[in-house]
Amino acid sequence: MMEPVTEPVTGPARERWKFWLATLVVFVLVGAAISIPIIRRRMKRAARLQQQSEEQARRELTQSVPVNPSDPRVKSKLFWLSDADNSVLAPVTIELPLSSDPVLRSKQVLNTLLAGPVDVELRTLPPDAVLLAFYILPDGTAIADFSEALATSIPSGISSEQLAVDSMTRTLEANVPEVKRLKILIHGQEAETLAGHVDLTGTFVVRADASQAPANPVPAPAAGKVGAIVVPTLTAGSSAFKLAPR
Amino acid sequence: MGEFDMLLDVGTSQRLRILAICGIAFLFLAGAIMTRGLQTSSQAHQGASSTAPSTSAVSMGQSAATAASGSPSGAQTSPSGLNVVVLDPAHGGTDLGARGTGGIQESDIVMEFAAEVRKALEQQGFQVVQTRQGNDNPSFDDRSAIANAQRNAVFITLHIASTGLPGTVRVYVNSDLPTVTTANGFIPWDRAQAPFLGLSRKLGDLVQGMLTQRFKGSPDTAQTATIRQLRTTAAPAIAVEVSSVVVNDRADLDHMAPGVADAIARGVVAFKPLYIVPSTSGALP
Repeated sequence: MMEPVTEPVTGPARERWKFWLATLVVFVLVGAAISIPIIRRRMKRAARLQQQSEEQARRELTQSVPVNPSDPRVKSKLFWLSDADNSVLAPVTIELPLSSDPVLRSKQVLNTLLAGPVDVELRTLPPDAVLLAFYILPDGTAIADFSEALATSIPSGISSEQLAVDSMTRTLEANVPEVKRLKILIHGQEAETLAGHVDLTGTFVVRADASQAPANPVPAPAAGKVGAIVVPTLTAGSSAFKLAPR
Repeated sequence: MGEFDMLLDVGTSQRLRILAICGIAFLFLAGAIMTRGLQTSSQAHQGASSTAPSTSAVSMGQSAATAASGSPSGAQTSPSGLNVVVLDPAHGGTDLGARGTGGIQESDIVMEFAAEVRKALEQQGFQVVQTRQGNDNPSFDDRSAIANAQRNAVFITLHIASTGLPGTVRVYVNSDLPTVTTANGFIPWDRAQAPFLGLSRKLGDLVQGMLTQRFKGSPDTAQTATIRQLRTTAAPAIAVEVSSVVVNDRADLDHMAPGVADAIARGVVAFKPLYIVPSTSGALP
């Protein structure tokens, strides 16, 4: 029996193997060198596009209500913090082109209020808050839906939260006579408080002559706590607000 | 006939037995009614000058005091002894409240203020109940429920603002709430503060006056705000907000605590003679 004889790898064969391996490594390195910057550029461009689209979406949301050039310029009163005493509001008169339509007019004044005064220290609402939607119900109750930033970016406290709400109600009172009451929603939802203090479950009186509460402003109550106090049960039909875009 | 006579005899003895049982039951019932009547009478004498016991349903903790006073035909108010103060250090748990420089958190500082206020009130002879003892966060309704279960109590919620002139203190009472009572005289839970607004304003003005004497720059009278915590509280209720977490040094706030506590205690003492229990009809004293 003849045993199989394994031929030793000859010198030239080993050299060829080394050559091909080196070539492969070079190709990989060159490919990586070329493609990594391209991939990086593409990632940056994708991130930029995403950011742009977010900004665009935000701009679309924040975009002021289109101003009709034929709208008369009206001297409007907007309420921000008083320069003399930051614990109270003071009216600032600004000439604005305001629509005669109460919903558009309300959006225009609230967006101007959100934009803030010249002195940013006197603003009452956070700069990143956005008015997402605004409706007026037939009974004069206005519903303003704000982005979450209104609740998350406002300085927490009874005073600061109440001043924020008051700046809105007093600005609406001064500029939109059709609005009797204001209901504030956060991102389409009813919130219990603005930032832990001021109650958002009901409506705020805008015009004193309409201080009577709407038919059923009762917020959803918690389960009965003390037996002696009656907890009213809300039914589906007793919903306080039915949103009806105009 | 003899058989019928026997039957008649049996029927008579059964009737007698039934009559005897009814008689015994009647005696027990009469005795129970008399005992109850005597107890009611003695309670009415102990309570106040009037002798007519209230027969209306008790709709709140405080209404028991109205019943004891025996005011006729649901009279509006009655004098009573204010002896409990429910102290509410706001926020807690994951709700830190206002946050300032150097890690100052409202939820922590209100606990320190509450300890000082508690001490000052107890020195004045009040029983103090706190809505939270540690770093937990009861719901608004749970906090209110603690006050609503007390008789003759006032409710004080403590806050530290994130704005305002540092070193000043503001007292708030709830904005007007439409008073609604149900047909049976009960007050809806979600507007429990409505009948107490007048008392809350008196308490608020008194406490604010005491605070302003000590902390210059504070308002002269209590302010109104739409405060969620106060709306469901069935007692004279105020919020005290100290300015602010935006101080250079936490010690500035710590130094305010004894003064705030003393002013609150003196305000509650001044309010005590004015404390009257409103009826559930929503009349504001």
